[in-house]
Amino acid sequence: MSNHAKDETVKPAAPRADDAPLLEIRDLAITFETSNGPVKAVRNAHLTIMPGETVAIVGESGSGKSTTALAAIGLLPSNGRVSAGRIIFDGEDIANASEKRIIELRGNSIGMVPQDPMSNLNPVWKIGFQVKETLKANGLAGANSKERVAEVLSEAGLPDAAARAKQYPHEFSGGMRQRALIAIGLACRPRLLIADEPTSALDVTVQRQILDHLDRMTTELGTAVLLITHDLGLAAERAEKLVVMYKGQVVESGPALEILRNPQHPYTQRLVNSAPSLASRRLQSQKAKDALAAAVAELDTPADADTAPDTAGATPADAGHAPSSIPAAAAKPPAASLDGQRKGAQAGETILEIKNLTKVFKLRGALGKSSDFKAVDDVSFSVPRGTTMAIVGESGSGKSTVAQMALSLLAPTEGSILFDGVEVNTLKGKALFDFRRRVQPIFQDPYGSLDPMFNIYRTIEEPLKIHRIGDAKSREKKVRELLDQVSMPASTMHRFPNELSGGQRQRIAIARALALNPDVIICDEAVSALDVLVQAQVLNLLNELQEDLGLTYLFITHDLAVVRQIADHVTVMQKGRVVEAASTDEVFSNPKQVYTQELLNAIPGATLLV
Amino acid sequence: MSEKLTPETDLTKPVIPAARQGKTSSRVIEHFVAPLEETPLAAIDNVDESEAPLSLWADAWRNLRRQPLFIISALLIIFVLVVAFLPHLFASVDPTSCSLNDSSEGARAGHPLGFTLQGCDVYSRMVYGTRASLMVGVFTTLGVLVVGGIMGALAGYYGGWIDAILARLGDIFFALPLILGAIVVMQLPAFRDNRSVWTVVLTLVIFGWPQIARITRGAVIENRNADFVTASKALGLSRFSALVRHVIPNSLAPIIVVASISLGTFIVAEATLSFLGIGLPDTVMSWGNDIAAAQPQVRNNPGVLLWPAVALSITVLSFIMLGDALRDALDPKARKR
Repeated sequence: MSNHAKDETVKPAAPRADDAPLLEIRDLAITFETSNGPVKAVRNAHLTIMPGETVAIVGESGSGKSTTALAAIGLLPSNGRVSAGRIIFDGEDIANASEKRIIELRGNSIGMVPQDPMSNLNPVWKIGFQVKETLKANGLAGANSKERVAEVLSEAGLPDAAARAKQYPHEFSGGMRQRALIAIGLACRPRLLIADEPTSALDVTVQRQILDHLDRMTTELGTAVLLITHDLGLAAERAEKLVVMYKGQVVESGPALEILRNPQHPYTQRLVNSAPSLASRRLQSQKAKDALAAAVAELDTPADADTAPDTAGATPADAGHAPSSIPAAAAKPPAASLDGQRKGAQAGETILEIKNLTKVFKLRGALGKSSDFKAVDDVSFSVPRGTTMAIVGESGSGKSTVAQMALSLLAPTEGSILFDGVEVNTLKGKALFDFRRRVQPIFQDPYGSLDPMFNIYRTIEEPLKIHRIGDAKSREKKVRELLDQVSMPASTMHRFPNELSGGQRQRIAIARALALNPDVIICDEAVSALDVLVQAQVLNLLNELQEDLGLTYLFITHDLAVVRQIADHVTVMQKGRVVEAASTDEVFSNPKQVYTQELLNAIPGATLLV
Repeated sequence: MSEKLTPETDLTKPVIPAARQGKTSSRVIEHFVAPLEETPLAAIDNVDESEAPLSLWADAWRNLRRQPLFIISALLIIFVLVVAFLPHLFASVDPTSCSLNDSSEGARAGHPLGFTLQGCDVYSRMVYGTRASLMVGVFTTLGVLVVGGIMGALAGYYGGWIDAILARLGDIFFALPLILGAIVVMQLPAFRDNRSVWTVVLTLVIFGWPQIARITRGAVIENRNADFVTASKALGLSRFSALVRHVIPNSLAPIIVVASISLGTFIVAEATLSFLGIGLPDTVMSWGNDIAAAQPQVRNNPGVLLWPAVALSITVLSFIMLGDALRDALDPKARKR
């Protein structure tokens, strides 16, 4: 096996001459024994990987994509088993192979790069030891194993590998850990590498580097890759062949670009339509669409109907939050439709202004010495009423700290936050209580932001109760209305958060945020934990609500693709500083900064759909 | 891969990798589409309305009632409780009417377990002794929950100097062995002269609270930074209300588990103190006292010592088993999401 791998390095990139599939999965069914009886996680799955080919399985969580891949390497959880079908690796059926045979195959024939770089390295062993372990398990650790470990690590793109091998996982960043895991996965030169969401926990630019590197390595070594991902854009960009899974079944498979451009199955069509990385413009609410249609009819200029994102002169700020392509005359100021709910509110007027905001954290160092860490450094921006301001940045850019300060949950070191002309920092008692009523948060983790002990009714009622609004009866009516606003059935109110999916919980969190009729909602990575389709649904909901209620959003995200869909203005942050701030169209069509350009180019699949 | 430079090309600037193009294969790849009827499209993210709503507690209950460990321990505990409240239903003989004529007699009709040295009915004393032991166990646990719970919750939630003081205070008490500390306290005149169930309870609470305080502190620390607590603060809930309404209810599970296990150990502690002669007064019938009284004749009449000891063991075992069963049911990792 290893001889074979060496041959491959000599003639890179060339597909192997023989056309026998390396891995063939036929009519695979996987059953899990649960306390509620057997559950079929995968049914009739089939896929073929040729030597040296990259195949991507795309699907939402629970679609069976990881389960299928784990079955191929014999790592199903103990309550799961292959109940039907065949898994043929290199001509040998390994679906029900003995434990011994599977162990022989693992590592040197089939390698694996797991999903979460943070938890997949053992924190008590040095990196080098963990690589050596793999070599040893496959009988490849000879006298010069130390050199081999360094070699493998440097192949995976870790500079100064010999020294790095002596470090512990906690000394590595997320991207470096993932490189170490790739090194382990490829250490024994497997012919097939299973990469299970290898980069979903990483920042986009790091993701890009890692995937580029993985690509280069596997091409050089002639390794076939089974890439598992939830991101259609990424899959299409990295794989020759796509397999789309839905509810445990393969619904469509074929050449990546063809599927992307011409999806046949309705589920695939749905995925392609809502993949954020492929979106090219801001979402439009139903009302705005109607207004646009009316305007088009009125002006009788059919050319305008083709709404290119950056053609019209009107910036979103001028036209409230309406998409820029709507002629200004047709765009109704949103506040006008509010039945006087917000007195004196004018679209375009600044509601939230952040000036020279700085936050310094004291880091405790060794021997009681503390050092200062500037998490947010001189950040200024302002958000016009009724629009969406997005703050984009990678992890550690300080974007969430800004959100915490804007919510007055964290005191800034310097600078000011003006909400509706009032300084937020100095608010106390009653004034702070009233401020809470007008600014509401939605958090990232839908599993953490709802109290598991409160049923949905109590969850949504809580803000009303805290602010002593109405009596029990009117509060129940309000809860029903709110549930209806976020398209959840009223019967949900007796349920508990643990019975709902991530997207449903996020909709409940939105309903809770809306309960007090706030002016501003601060969304801290509100959609990043959700599946693509659910994410699109929540974004649409947020957009419709903005139109209907004249809400202002401060949208914190790492995902530029999401920004494209929801934001009117963008502030790009890097290491605590604002590097670029402009309207969304401006940033996307004409980024001024290198960093912004890098971020944009790192969006997977951005250029594939034209 | 082609690489594009920024508009104002500058050699000192880093090279930005251009957006990637997709891969194409030289092989012919078949385009497969599954027939629609095989996997009909479901609406995105619908609420499953078929199942009845279920709270965490209801969920735990559903798990529990299928567990043999829970069923056995619950039945035993119910039985022990009934015996403690209504002992006359189980023993018709008055445990205090002893006759030296019967001293150390064996079993006979109406007296299935024989007699003690003082001529009292062993079975009847065992039945009537349940109440004192159980009372000590239950009230000590309640006391410990209140004191330890409050201390632990405040220490964990507020942190800082409150935590430093309360946690160190707890550590001091934790360092004293329960029995040793109790022996010392029970010797104090105020306790020695007023020996009753309540002095024993008080003594055990004094030395028993740090364990619950530690567990509570840990559970509260785990929950105090949860998003739902931050969310409620952003809604305008005060810091203390957030503790009471959100943090404590979510921290209860491990506390309940530890409390039910320690209930058993408090019963043992009472028996030990009584055995040493400094627990319950002789006027109170309890297993500990009976074991102590039976000690001199353990070689010639072991049954007198055996039976209260068996009763004690079964009661303690059932509380510990209950704690184990609860731990399985309330374990957050085992909860479905």
